[in-house]
Amino acid sequence: MELEDLIALTEAESSQHAEIEIRVCTAAGCLSSGSRSLISALEHAVEDRGLGDRVGLREVGCMRLCCEGPLVSVNTSTSDGTRVPTLYGKVDAAQAPDIVTSVEQGRKSAEALHSIDPNGPFFAHQKSVVLEHCGIVEPERIESSIALGAYRSLHRALHDLSPAEVVEQVTRSGLRGRGGAGYPTGLKWATVAKMPPGQKYVVCNADEGDPGAFMDRSILESDPHRVLEGMAIAAHAIGANQGYIYVRGEYPIAISRLDTAIRQAKRFGLLGSGIFDSTFNFRVDLRIGAGAFVCGEETALIHSIEGLRGTPHPRPPYPAESGLWGHPTLINNVETYANIPVILREGADWFAQIGTEQSKGTKVFALAGKIRRSGLVEVPMGVPLREIVERIGGGSPEGSSVKAVQTGGPSGGCIPAELLDTPVEYESLKALGSIMGSGGMVVMDQDDDMVGVARYFMNFCMDESCGKCVPCRAGTVQMHRLLDRIERGEASHDDLVTLEDLCDLVQHASLCGLGQSAPNPVLSTLRFFRHEYESRLIEFSGPPSSAVSSDPR
Amino acid sequence: MGTRATPERSQTADGSAHPSGDDRFRYLDAAMKRHRYRPDALIEVLHTAQELFGYLEPDLLRYVARGLRLPPSRVFGVATFYHLFTFTPRGEHTCTVCTGTACYVKGADALLGVVEQITGTHPGMTTADSRISLETARCVGACGLAPIVVFDGKVVGQMTPEQLAERVKGWLDHGT
Repeated sequence: MELEDLIALTEAESSQHAEIEIRVCTAAGCLSSGSRSLISALEHAVEDRGLGDRVGLREVGCMRLCCEGPLVSVNTSTSDGTRVPTLYGKVDAAQAPDIVTSVEQGRKSAEALHSIDPNGPFFAHQKSVVLEHCGIVEPERIESSIALGAYRSLHRALHDLSPAEVVEQVTRSGLRGRGGAGYPTGLKWATVAKMPPGQKYVVCNADEGDPGAFMDRSILESDPHRVLEGMAIAAHAIGANQGYIYVRGEYPIAISRLDTAIRQAKRFGLLGSGIFDSTFNFRVDLRIGAGAFVCGEETALIHSIEGLRGTPHPRPPYPAESGLWGHPTLINNVETYANIPVILREGADWFAQIGTEQSKGTKVFALAGKIRRSGLVEVPMGVPLREIVERIGGGSPEGSSVKAVQTGGPSGGCIPAELLDTPVEYESLKALGSIMGSGGMVVMDQDDDMVGVARYFMNFCMDESCGKCVPCRAGTVQMHRLLDRIERGEASHDDLVTLEDLCDLVQHASLCGLGQSAPNPVLSTLRFFRHEYESRLIEFSGPPSSAVSSDPR
Repeated sequence: MGTRATPERSQTADGSAHPSGDDRFRYLDAAMKRHRYRPDALIEVLHTAQELFGYLEPDLLRYVARGLRLPPSRVFGVATFYHLFTFTPRGEHTCTVCTGTACYVKGADALLGVVEQITGTHPGMTTADSRISLETARCVGACGLAPIVVFDGKVVGQMTPEQLAERVKGWLDHGT
């Protein structure tokens, strides 16, 4: 494979574009709403009318507005060559003939169908960088990815840039890890690159365990080659020849599409030996998780790839120095790798001008919960939470009001409605006792009880604690018992004090991120919704209520 | 399951036919061979074993331990660490209620209550007539459609207690 081959493939692919392109979402959300049967119904309808040569039916990835699935987008070439997209939601297989009829007759939209404005607020306020090809590219066909520019950045990295220059670009872009902690990606790459030459590994953390988060699943299901390309560029930059993608076992579609993508890339010579006629070799293997949340923690993930129990070990040494089988290992999250090809294509400066001083680029969020429009959202860093919740998501459904937004899953916290003007940035969310996390955003309304939410997350952490260190193993159980008692109205003021002490202890004494962040949901709900806790305490059993500080800690 | 040979009578995992004649062992052997019997492939091999046999019983774990030349303690330790591995037979049907955050705020507890009431069983357990296994999942990643219930591997979103009751009762009544 050479650059000319990529160009030839691109041309061949674009010459196959039909006059009318019908795209159907086949990401997990829409598949569960019946997009598979819809596709066969559309195939039949196109065949019945003999439109096979005018209509191209494409199985694409996530079109973002998951709550309206299955989604269908119709692109018709007009006489002046521009393509006008029409988007339909909640399409039933029985409506397939209606779509084909409207396409055939050149009508802009079919009356009987639920059409969605592609320029509506859900879409208009987003900025696509990582998701630029999501819902357009066909995830199971590498030709379709190549036609949209996949592997061009890898070619450039191999032929025009030295490994040091690639690291320099990534550093200058200001990209920070999208898995949650926000460690500067360039710095991480530089650390691994500086290790003495020898066996090194590139690992993609696709163990998206936060309940309420589905960004990484959507990226893997919709545009897998983007992630593979990002990993290959990283491997070139740090001098690795082997990569692993560690995917959650709960994501069967993502696993099968990655498997297909890896096989296709190998066949095209884009993975394997002598990539793009260079001396660069890179092999990627999949590793399937088996349902352990703690494996999202990097040292636990390494153990799991090695076929061991997913228990973490103390850092340092960091995986950058001693990771898989003791070799230097670069671990980044799916979205981080997905940013790499575009950084090389558009340049570090282009990327750095998106977002804020400390948080560059865009962030993909999974918006769900008590909200009108749920789905996948990509916005520049620094936009206020309100923009995402109210403008893009449309606020809470009729008859309810937003009470809090939960970000960062079991390691994050609940941000109250009055602080919705906070910009989404690593630092500002941290200041509120939450975290950016991987991007899960669950909206809660007045019916949601914050003590119950805190107990819910503690139950999660208790279940998922690997049991290696005592503070996390025993602390989460005790905190869960206390929260349970508070929720049932059987706790005294002393219990609340004990709970806060335990939060402090577990936070500071646990071995890994799971335990260190397990108290976050409790602390943040105590900070903003303390009255919900206090109103349930048994009266007169502790000091008078005036002695209880209501100040946020 | 009772007809299967114990590992003591079985061949080594070198791809030769299993004396019990159970073809599934041949697939399992092939999976181990594909990973070149490397110990780090243990989790992958356990996934295959569970896919083939439905659950991991002690004899099967010992067989895997032999194939990968690992101490049984290591195989048992790893298998029991991960939630997706199961050690008891499943029912004919599996109903998995997602208890992720989005499903939680959209009423997963109520859905779980409905199934528990109808089947008289609890998460992680199977009804006495082996018809339905009830499971919970920590987020299947389709949060935009919360609340989610997975029926025999098929994800269904925006579930209501009524719809759920109908599905589960349908399984109980007709066994289909």
